[in-house]
Amino acid sequence: MIKLESLSKQFGDTVVLDGIDLAIEKGEIVVIIGPSGTGKSTLLRCINFLEQPTAGTMTVGDLTVDVNRASRAEILSMRRRTAFVFQNYALFANKTALQNIAERLLVVDKWPKEKAYKRAREILQQIGLADKADAYPAAMSGGQQQRVGIGRAMATGAEVILFDEPTSSLDPEWVEEVLGLMKQLASERQTMMVVTHEMSFARDVADRVIFIDGGRIVEQGPPSEIFYHPQDPRTKDFLKKILATNPV
Amino acid sequence: MGILNVDYMLGLIPVLLGYLPLTLQLAGTGMVLALILACLFAVVRVLRIPVLNQLTIVFISFFRGTPLLVQLFLFYYGLPQLVSALTVIDGITATIMGLTMHFSAYMAESIRAAIVGVDRSQTEAALSIGMTNGQMMRRIVLPQATRVALPTLMNYFIDMIKATSLAFTLGVTELMGATQKEAAGSFLYFEAFIVAAVIYWIVVEMLSKLQHYLEVRLNKAYSR
Repeated sequence: MIKLESLSKQFGDTVVLDGIDLAIEKGEIVVIIGPSGTGKSTLLRCINFLEQPTAGTMTVGDLTVDVNRASRAEILSMRRRTAFVFQNYALFANKTALQNIAERLLVVDKWPKEKAYKRAREILQQIGLADKADAYPAAMSGGQQQRVGIGRAMATGAEVILFDEPTSSLDPEWVEEVLGLMKQLASERQTMMVVTHEMSFARDVADRVIFIDGGRIVEQGPPSEIFYHPQDPRTKDFLKKILATNPV
Repeated sequence: MGILNVDYMLGLIPVLLGYLPLTLQLAGTGMVLALILACLFAVVRVLRIPVLNQLTIVFISFFRGTPLLVQLFLFYYGLPQLVSALTVIDGITATIMGLTMHFSAYMAESIRAAIVGVDRSQTEAALSIGMTNGQMMRRIVLPQATRVALPTLMNYFIDMIKATSLAFTLGVTELMGATQKEAAGSFLYFEAFIVAAVIYWIVVEMLSKLQHYLEVRLNKAYSR
């Protein structure tokens, strides 16, 4: 249901993504790992068209676009099929938790107010923040903000939720509640692509782990293979380093 | 030099207050129109819309670069000479046109700066949930920019209220024009103009209170 073919991204002369081929099934939980600056975040941002990819084709659901020839309408349509969870939460600062979640339904999907807020309240319930409906982002903890960020992504009803290092900005005390919510979504078989350094999350939750280095997919497979029997020396090297500081 | 004629001053207050509505109408209409125009200019500048962007730059440059009084004379005395249809422009209309264009040029720049100052994460989040550029501007960027721009915009509004006094040069009898006439009749210039000054002052003070109230309201979302 998501298919990337030779997806590339260059910034000037720097090649950040070098022909990514990837197919993801509905309900699949994919975790992307790799050294920093190797294109993991850029890959997610290209799928949400926050970055314009340089070349390749992209399919989400029943829409396929050649990224070079994508019209404005197609880009908008692609964005609406994918949802994004930001490292720094990026909640709308002028809107309450409830409004942040309802915004997509109200503005993009043009739902009537009552219906949109009803749905937003259901989501607040699911993310355990029903009591924070009227709180503004500035008055919430990092963990609460990120859970609202995930709630906002859930409200889009997108085919896939893209998580860009969702716990990297959090104080350690809030990491578990965010990972817990992501596990809950995973158990409901919400299709997810997650860039993270949380190796235990990758091991326990992912259906597939993808190791990216130098803008290419170096190795991929189920967590049991990637973590315990990595084949490529770069994967081995990366895992050795990261597991030393971040044991699973 | 005699002492102030207090009775004359007290008697003048209700007379001059009668002209305050026109002053406020000039400033109020000018402000609303200038705000609309300034928002359009700012968006054109931020999105760098071709052609319109260049035209806006020239417009802002001209109306910031020339005195308001010159602009008022251009609208009132100059334009009808070029375009005969414009001879119907009265002093009030010319004043509102001048105030609108003059202040929109200043306000466009402060709105533009406020828009540019909205954090990138806010615009990315808006795009990520599938908003169009217009929706993003209306729902996310402009409300946040308003909070930043408000103190400066209120300053311009205050400035504009005082600038309405130039309308008397176009024969409009607003607060300043009325004062001028009263003073010329009584020869009590000091008394007349001090009453006018105090009326302007009180109006501006009330606006400062309004500004404070608006700032508290707009900051609600940002306080813990």
